[in-house]
Amino acid sequence: MKKTVLVRYFAILREQRGLDEERIETEAATAGALYEALRGRHPFTLPAARLRVAINGEFRTWEAAVRDGDELVFMPPIAGG
Amino acid sequence: MAFKLTDTPIDASALMEGLRDTRVGACVTFEGRVRAENGGRAVTALDYEAYGPLAQKEGEKVLSEAMERFRVTGAVCVHRTGTLGLGDIAVWVGVTAGHRGAAFEACRYVIDEIKARLPIWKKEHYADGATEWINCAADGRPTGGGRRGKAG
Repeated sequence: MKKTVLVRYFAILREQRGLDEERIETEAATAGALYEALRGRHPFTLPAARLRVAINGEFRTWEAAVRDGDELVFMPPIAGG
Repeated sequence: MAFKLTDTPIDASALMEGLRDTRVGACVTFEGRVRAENGGRAVTALDYEAYGPLAQKEGEKVLSEAMERFRVTGAVCVHRTGTLGLGDIAVWVGVTAGHRGAAFEACRYVIDEIKARLPIWKKEHYADGATEWINCAADGRPTGGGRRGKAG
């Protein structure tokens, strides 16, 4: 089933994508599947195992379902402070 | 209790003033500053980038955990975003408590958790013109001299 989601990019992923965010039509069932699909299209160097994912502003697992209208953020390894 | 992200310089003395409270006997503060060297490379500037809504939520959670775990009266943390020069304050933590033990412990807890949990990223600019997103090497090697989990 096709759905439309907003993907926001930060830090190294933003630079590798060349965009802050984009609306994507996807059939991916899970956050993990969506990242793999994006990784196939863009020069993302980091594997999912090095990232975390947030959906609609909450930390989620890679198995979390992707629903129409969701906002997803794939978060590179953090380095605050 | 307050957590804040800001893209303007952190005014430590104003934050200290905000923690004035005659009920407390101890105030411990921590300032993380931009250092001129990391892993043997000369650093000229840092860019900080945050996923604002989630960093805010997680920052508030860290401060309320500190309030619950330690006998503290007040806890404040401000983290910068944007481009910072050498010596600039990247993160500021201030904790007040009746006694110094709780204030030291809570301050340490806040800075450690902020560094480990908030979706904030750091790009170092080096004197030779190169740049690097810290901790983001594809092969997992530590970048920026492998400085992980330590504040300042």
